Amino acid sequence: MHRIAVVVAVIAASLAVARAQTGPYLPADIAYGAKLYTAQCSGCHGPNGDGVGGVELRSGRFRNASTDQDLTRIITIGIAGTGMVGFPFDPPEVAGVLAYLRNMNTFDPAAAYAGDAMRGRTVVESKQCLRCHRIAADGSRVAPDLSDIGSVRSAGSLQRSLVDPSSQMMPINRPVRIVTRDGKVINGRRLNEDTYTVQLMDDQERLWSLAKADLREFSISTTSPMPSYKDLPSGDLADLLAYLLSLKGR
Amino acid sequence: MTMKSRVLVIVAALAGALPLGAQVSSDRLIGAVRDSRNWLIYSGNYSSTRYSELTQVNPANVRNLELKWMYQGAVAGNWQATPLVVDGMMYITQRPNDVVALDAKTGRVFWVYRYTNAPNPLVCCGSNNRGLAILGDTLFMGTLDAHLVAIDAKAGRPRWKTQVADTKAGYSLTLAPLVVKDKVIVGVGGGEYGIRGFVAAYDAQSGRQVWKFSTIPGPGEPGFESWAPCPADQTTFCDSDAWKHGGGSVWVTGSYDPSLNLTYWGVGNAGPDWNPDQRPGDNLYTDSVVALDADTGTLRWHYQFTPHDRYDYDSVQVPILADITWNGGPVKAMLWANRNGNFYVIERATGRFLAGRPFVKVNWMSTFDEKGRPIQTVQPAGEPTWPGNQGGTNWYSPSYSPRTRMFYVSAWENYATIFGGIPVEYKEGRNFGGNASRPYVPVPGAPTPGLRRGPINNWTEAAATGAVLALDATTGDMKWRFPMTDVTDSGILTTASDLLFTGGREGYFHALDARTGAVLWKASLGAQIVNGPITYEVDGKQYVATISGLSLCVFGLRE
Repeated sequence: MHRIAVVVAVIAASLAVARAQTGPYLPADIAYGAKLYTAQCSGCHGPNGDGVGGVELRSGRFRNASTDQDLTRIITIGIAGTGMVGFPFDPPEVAGVLAYLRNMNTFDPAAAYAGDAMRGRTVVESKQCLRCHRIAADGSRVAPDLSDIGSVRSAGSLQRSLVDPSSQMMPINRPVRIVTRDGKVINGRRLNEDTYTVQLMDDQERLWSLAKADLREFSISTTSPMPSYKDLPSGDLADLLAYLLSLKGR
Repeated sequence: MTMKSRVLVIVAALAGALPLGAQVSSDRLIGAVRDSRNWLIYSGNYSSTRYSELTQVNPANVRNLELKWMYQGAVAGNWQATPLVVDGMMYITQRPNDVVALDAKTGRVFWVYRYTNAPNPLVCCGSNNRGLAILGDTLFMGTLDAHLVAIDAKAGRPRWKTQVADTKAGYSLTLAPLVVKDKVIVGVGGGEYGIRGFVAAYDAQSGRQVWKFSTIPGPGEPGFESWAPCPADQTTFCDSDAWKHGGGSVWVTGSYDPSLNLTYWGVGNAGPDWNPDQRPGDNLYTDSVVALDADTGTLRWHYQFTPHDRYDYDSVQVPILADITWNGGPVKAMLWANRNGNFYVIERATGRFLAGRPFVKVNWMSTFDEKGRPIQTVQPAGEPTWPGNQGGTNWYSPSYSPRTRMFYVSAWENYATIFGGIPVEYKEGRNFGGNASRPYVPVPGAPTPGLRRGPINNWTEAAATGAVLALDATTGDMKWRFPMTDVTDSGILTTASDLLFTGGREGYFHALDARTGAVLWKASLGAQIVNGPITYEVDGKQYVATISGLSLCVFGLRE
């Protein structure tokens, strides 16, 4: 499973880079950023972004930054010779803080329910997420491990995953269906693939490495086997999201 | 055994041995196309066909190839070098600028020369070096800090060193030099740093510069008009000195036609790469092929593949020179699969455009006018452009077989980028890309192939796949296609036994039937292959060499 964690980490890194360059800023990221801002930034910058003399974060204009890449550098490295120190945020946290800073003028943290991670954990139990996923030592390995999902996928991406799973499914995780020459059917999740072979985990948690030349059928689906949770009450969804974001794999 | 008899045995064993590494004259370089026992030039011969006359390894016995020796490099990073082989001696560069001399039969090392670069040379894409040139008993290497070094091929000691350009301004040399007659020809990298590119020739004996051709013309020179004045009504940033830092790098080795005395070089992207609005005009001679008089560096003709480039479509691909039949008559042609996704046939005496057609999906242009100028179709903001930023192909060496009359190229298929540029002011030594592009993938934030690969293909078919394409050299018709799951940056080798050798990011070394594309043999070498395979012969035995990861692997037939 360590290997998968590495893959997800790589995915997350590229996710953060892509978003930093492009936006737009998703509501879940803005809300997550507001929560982080309150906890980590408001001590100096104040709840309205005007706590440091000459700095008006709500104005959307920054003295030392114009692009999201500039802001990311300042947030994570700081500004030498000033009181602005670097914060060791992970990519989803950076994405959240950026999204909030870009929307600070219009977003009202008081009006948004930030979610309760402890309650979210009970949603995971009631929805039986661990029948497929794994968190720390509990659950199944059939679907991607979520132990550090909160440090590799942004709030916006996780929120979309819950509502429309196929839209956020990383291509490496695509479900495969295999029929061997002797008629054996294997359904599973792709772990790796090359021109001649494919590696996967089947729905019984068994690892397979198969030569494509030995297969009667090999198909890759772009539809996630995970159900949508779009009908979940919004409070439960926010709680679930808060719980997933708290999973840092530490 | 007595002492006397043991000496006799040694003497008897030596009787069949010959010293390695003879002299390489300029006539020998011209004859390299027939001297397939050796690999004397980066691309195998002056026509750059990467085609060998060797036939000992053939479709019937290729399955008996086995590993004969390996040499383990010590420096991490993409190892893109092509070795030279001279009479049983192999010379290869490894990062950043080491030269290693080995016994081509056993892999045992004679010497290692380590060049010390200036601190922190500016290179966009890694400490690459693609190889050497040789003349007489002197090797020539370009360095990351923009020098050209001559090295004694026997002793591994430097003979002279010349500064080609200023590394602090972003110039570097990553290509293998090309020796023509008594000159060593090189080009400069730095297209992401706002250089003003050039090709230059140096006297092989002294290291003195003999001629220099600027790939960006200056005031008063032909082509300068293609760096158009800034329109008075332009509302976005426009750089009135754009030509001074217009790019036009030359980072892959060119070709030479002795009968025309012309040397051909592919020119890289315009600078800034992704913000064309600040450099109005066609921006000659970026994204062009230039034909230069080999004695003087005088420009004889040029053809521009991508005028006013907004996609970083460097045209540094190796020019393949092939004599083909065109409209019923013989033509000295140049075959070129470009990063912009088109395959071109050009008459190499005059630069006349004969044909161009896409070999992968292309939507940045629709068609060509009668002179071969592309009709460009810029995609709306936010929409994908095919091919993507790394191109339909790139610097990876193609091959041409005069037997099959096919042109073989490593391609990236199903690969696109959403291009965008932002204004950037030139500052010496600073990145001058102007980039606001992003990869196109169906899943937001999903990985895309970059310059390196780990052991897992986590971008998958969603972002791009690779292929070897076999094109009819005259028409560009696809004769066969060998699809790969991952993309490929490997060069291609073909032989007179109609074998094709190539690698890819997955670490497989494949031998294909050059006529059909069928897989005849493969070896899983464990790490990406990003160099061009070669073949050579020592003591009557044929070898095939490639590099996977940090391992130079040499194969021969099982005995």
